Amino acid sequence: MNVETKDHSGLADIFNQNESRVDWHDETLWFIRSKRDKAAQGLPEWELLRETASQIKHNVLSNLDEYLEQFESNAKANGITVHWAANAKEHNEIVHSILKKHNINRMMKSKSMLTEECHLNDYLKKNGVEVIDTDLGERIVQLADEPPSHIVLPCIHKKKEEIGDLFHVHLGTAAGEADPQVLTEAARQHLRETFVTRKLSLTGVNFAVAETGEFVVCTNEGNADMASHLADVHIACMGIEKLIPQRKHLSVFLRLLTRSATGQPITTYSSHFKKPRAGQEMHIVLVDNGRTVQLGREDFRNSLKCIRCGACMNTCPVYRRSGGHSYHNAIAGPIGSILAPNLDMKEYADLPFASTLCGSCSNVCPVKIDIHDQLYKWRQVLVKEGHVSPVKAMGMRAMALTFSMPKFFSFAGKAGRTVMKYFPSVVNNKLNPWYKEREMPAPPKQSFREWYAKERAGK
Amino acid sequence: MIVGLFVPCYVDQFYPNAGIATLQLLEKFGVKVEYPSKQTCCGQPMANSGFEHLTGECDELFTESFAKYDYVVAPSGSCVLHLKEHLHSKKNPEAAERLRGRVYELVEFLTDILQVKELKAKFPHKVGVHQSCHGLRGLKLSQMSELVEPGFSKPEYLLNFVEGLELINLTRKDECCGFGGTFCVAEEAVSSKMGKDRVADHVQNGAEYITGADLSCLMHMEGILRRQKSKVKVVHIAEILNAE
Repeated sequence: MNVETKDHSGLADIFNQNESRVDWHDETLWFIRSKRDKAAQGLPEWELLRETASQIKHNVLSNLDEYLEQFESNAKANGITVHWAANAKEHNEIVHSILKKHNINRMMKSKSMLTEECHLNDYLKKNGVEVIDTDLGERIVQLADEPPSHIVLPCIHKKKEEIGDLFHVHLGTAAGEADPQVLTEAARQHLRETFVTRKLSLTGVNFAVAETGEFVVCTNEGNADMASHLADVHIACMGIEKLIPQRKHLSVFLRLLTRSATGQPITTYSSHFKKPRAGQEMHIVLVDNGRTVQLGREDFRNSLKCIRCGACMNTCPVYRRSGGHSYHNAIAGPIGSILAPNLDMKEYADLPFASTLCGSCSNVCPVKIDIHDQLYKWRQVLVKEGHVSPVKAMGMRAMALTFSMPKFFSFAGKAGRTVMKYFPSVVNNKLNPWYKEREMPAPPKQSFREWYAKERAGK
Repeated sequence: MIVGLFVPCYVDQFYPNAGIATLQLLEKFGVKVEYPSKQTCCGQPMANSGFEHLTGECDELFTESFAKYDYVVAPSGSCVLHLKEHLHSKKNPEAAERLRGRVYELVEFLTDILQVKELKAKFPHKVGVHQSCHGLRGLKLSQMSELVEPGFSKPEYLLNFVEGLELINLTRKDECCGFGGTFCVAEEAVSSKMGKDRVADHVQNGAEYITGADLSCLMHMEGILRRQKSKVKVVHIAEILNAE
């Protein structure tokens, strides 16, 4: 990735060089948003469910320390080994230490955005461990040597022909083969071999139940189950915010998760893992990696309610037209844009500005995170912390000054309109980004205030 | 009842006819309207760019200009939402707080405060309504497509009184046009694409005019339409409701 263009606007610009591809990407994700609408409309109690889920998570975040300890002690009692990782580095080291202990250098992994956040694959590769992602979408982006572009649909940016080309190179399918059924079968055969030969399986966690010490993994393909049931060692990695107090609360979250994500009533598999089978070892890695810092930021705390459904991405008109990779962060889209600055303000200062603040994200969010308000608030923080260009800051100060002086504003407006009228090239040129695809407004003869002064003042 | 008319900065400079139509429309309903001349801007352009801390002078000017009125009405949902959420004054905090609850976008003022039950206007054209995001999701001028709630639309309620006007249906009824303030230049590629897509929805569904309660979005779509040399025009809802 080119360092110079590593901001959302630059990367989105590149994505938009192929307009028909943008249309295809937009339509594909809009189709999923429409499926989500249909699924939500099927439940008259939908808004109540969202509110309930939001409140449950509110309770979790307010009592996180207690729920974590309760979960740890119950998981331990179930025979699971519990690890605590303060950051990505510790998380990666813990996973590596378990691999080393068992002398394993080939492992399988399924459905974990957390390991993307921690860049586990890169770390393990450097340490001589081969990782095979078993979730089909993740496997495809892995073969393409790309990060996922979406948290639920990792290869949504790829067309089936491109997947066919990848499979031809890596899995030996016929050149030009793009039939989804044929490609899926090839992936299936390839993964079956993986399942029976790899001894360690790592999965993500959708929900961890404090009351019982169990965790729930939601998938459609069942590959996480296949891998974890066959493996001698199962490691589950989770952010500390994934907790819910009781098992009964799953009845709220499981109804919301997949309807929001893909419009399905529920995932094909909602698998509960409570204890290792006889002879198996089971580990849970509880990861902070900035979450307690976010918990301490009052304005941004609610972002930790996220259950990673991806609905905000599917509805986001900017995401649909810029692609997940333009967010240069493991988690893209609106939710990624409010999570990322917590990890590194300088690196991700562009993301909260990659939005029109249209608010659709907040409306589809199943746990009612005020996403667009947080985008606004992050902008204020980033400016105060000095993460915007000095040119922009100077422009804003000049604008604020103009608006504070009505007479000068009136003069500047008139002068501006006059210039536009007689010297349109001053604004209608390549240096004005507006003008690239849009005409400037035609300057009227008089402003409203001029009209009012003539027609109404003193009457 | 005396209403203070707020004509936001860019409406004042580029779309005076929308301001004039707003004024005349309110007067048709018997409202006494005044336009305080020291007004400029609501402060949103700075605040949405992360410079909320530079909006103090704008806020003071606004509070000073409008404190004496029963209501403030503006033909721009986005500016109104910003004032409702962010107007503060150090010199006169009580007045600013009162104003936050008294500032209305034109459409909601007509439906909620004046409770308009009939309206005489004529506009014999096919019209597409652009649901501007801040008016839609902030001021709740219409029901939002994401929610499972009963439908309604205040702009469409008013437009249905207009003789000869035919509302068209859109494929995506409340998608953003991509203007977004400084977003339109900072994220030029995505912004333009969003604008083109929004305009195409109206054009393909047969609109002769695109209307709405927010001129910033209409300005954006007008820029696209004019570049495409389209015959389709944008018009602020006040101008339709005031058309005879």
